[in-house]
Amino acid sequence: MTSQHVIHVQGLEKSYKKLEVLRGVDFDVARGSIFALLGSNGAGKTTVVRILSTLLKADAGTASVNGFDVATQAARVRESISLTGQFAAVDEILSGRENLVLVARLRHLKGAGTIADDLLARFSLTDAAARKVSAYSGGMRRRLDIAMSLSGNPPVILLDEPTTGLDPQARIEVWQAVKELAEHGTTVLLTTQNLGEAERLADRIAILHDGRIIVNGTLADLKQLLPPAKVEYVEKQPTLEDVFLAIVGDHGKDGGAGNDRAPAPTGEEQR
Amino acid sequence: MNKHVLSDTAVLTGRSLRHITRSLDTIITTCIMPIGFMLLFVYVFGGAIQTGSHSYVNYLLPGILIITIASGISYTAYRLFLDMQSGIFDRFQSMPIARSSVLWAHVLTSLVANLTSLVVVVLVALLMGFRSGAGVLAWLEIAGILILFTLALTWLAVIPGLTAKSVDGASAFSYPLIFLPFISSAFVPTATMPGPVRAFAENQPVTSIVNAIRDLFAQQPVGTDIWIALAWCVGILIVAYIFAMVIYRRKISQ
Repeated sequence: MTSQHVIHVQGLEKSYKKLEVLRGVDFDVARGSIFALLGSNGAGKTTVVRILSTLLKADAGTASVNGFDVATQAARVRESISLTGQFAAVDEILSGRENLVLVARLRHLKGAGTIADDLLARFSLTDAAARKVSAYSGGMRRRLDIAMSLSGNPPVILLDEPTTGLDPQARIEVWQAVKELAEHGTTVLLTTQNLGEAERLADRIAILHDGRIIVNGTLADLKQLLPPAKVEYVEKQPTLEDVFLAIVGDHGKDGGAGNDRAPAPTGEEQR
Repeated sequence: MNKHVLSDTAVLTGRSLRHITRSLDTIITTCIMPIGFMLLFVYVFGGAIQTGSHSYVNYLLPGILIITIASGISYTAYRLFLDMQSGIFDRFQSMPIARSSVLWAHVLTSLVANLTSLVVVVLVALLMGFRSGAGVLAWLEIAGILILFTLALTWLAVIPGLTAKSVDGASAFSYPLIFLPFISSAFVPTATMPGPVRAFAENQPVTSIVNAIRDLFAQQPVGTDIWIALAWCVGILIVAYIFAMVIYRRKISQ
């Protein structure tokens, strides 16, 4: 438990019938850091996450989370983690608040209502608390999904492609939330195929390719793998994303005035 | 782990019951087909059917109740399928809960939803002239048979709920069950049927269940029918439960 590595993965192998998805995956994640598992579609990122969250058994190799083995101490692992899967796993028929209360009660926490209200406030969902989730936008749904994962403050959060399918603003909101998590000491493992996302968020990045981790290091480490940067003068055109965000600003967010999250004052600088 | 089975099941059952109270259409659509059959057979075909009973609605109701359950459990499979698809099933399974409570919550919800539908159908039958002099004990026995039959079909519904690849697949399995009562003593006495059909009708579960309920309603001695009915219900329940559990275990520990 006191070890520096909260997630420890060694020699992980998994095949679906004849398809070898993982062929010996090794990596460690340090406490309180953000670790990005990068890879193209079908690289096996989700398989790693499912094994770590005890939803899938590995064919070979070991994995431990928070000091507990995922195969032999699955129940303890489940107490230590929270999974946010690829598709926002929220209950559409319940309201946002009811979703949070549900999860808090399933985690056997006292004061589920208070926990729900705190999380709603933290994720700028207070105004939408009583609305059915089926009426939420994609970004709100994702925020609720992540808020549900934080119920009970599990030390490890597993995020499987948290921003897939989100518009640029919603993506930035999720990034902000993930950064805040790590600042609070939560260990985050996230998978992504968005290189920019890994670059922006992660302390360490591992590239999963052909069932193995082929590179694992900080962004600076990874950049050194290529020839040194040379200086070139290029006219910097705004990207379409810059234009979109500049024009739309913060006004379009969820259509609700006054529920914008105040940006964390120091958050940007610490990474 | 097991200390949370009851509380986790209660929390999750509360969740899925909310799905039902918020989409009452699932209760209404469950009731529409059996009520439609009841109207059709009582007011259109019933006059031409000789049952030996003075009121056709009295004769018909037990079979209609069976159809109600058969159409109700397609929603059980549907709700479970949606949970599997939406990822919320995985979320629950990755949480520190008693894992079996996820399934039990669906089963209990199915029971409540089906009993609600049955009450609605019985009330409509009363409006249409159904009368029974059955005492409290007979009503309890009828309720017991219907609950057992609902549980048996619910566990059967869990199988497509866990394994279906599409929404249609999840609910289509109930169609044969809905039509099973037509080849039984539910609508007409089996005596008029040609040999092979009659043999099938008299030896399939619906006939014994329908006959037992009909005799209880009519305050007649139930004879061996009730034991055959109970044997069918318990048999289906056990087999379906074992298969459902095997599939469930495989799903949560691949």
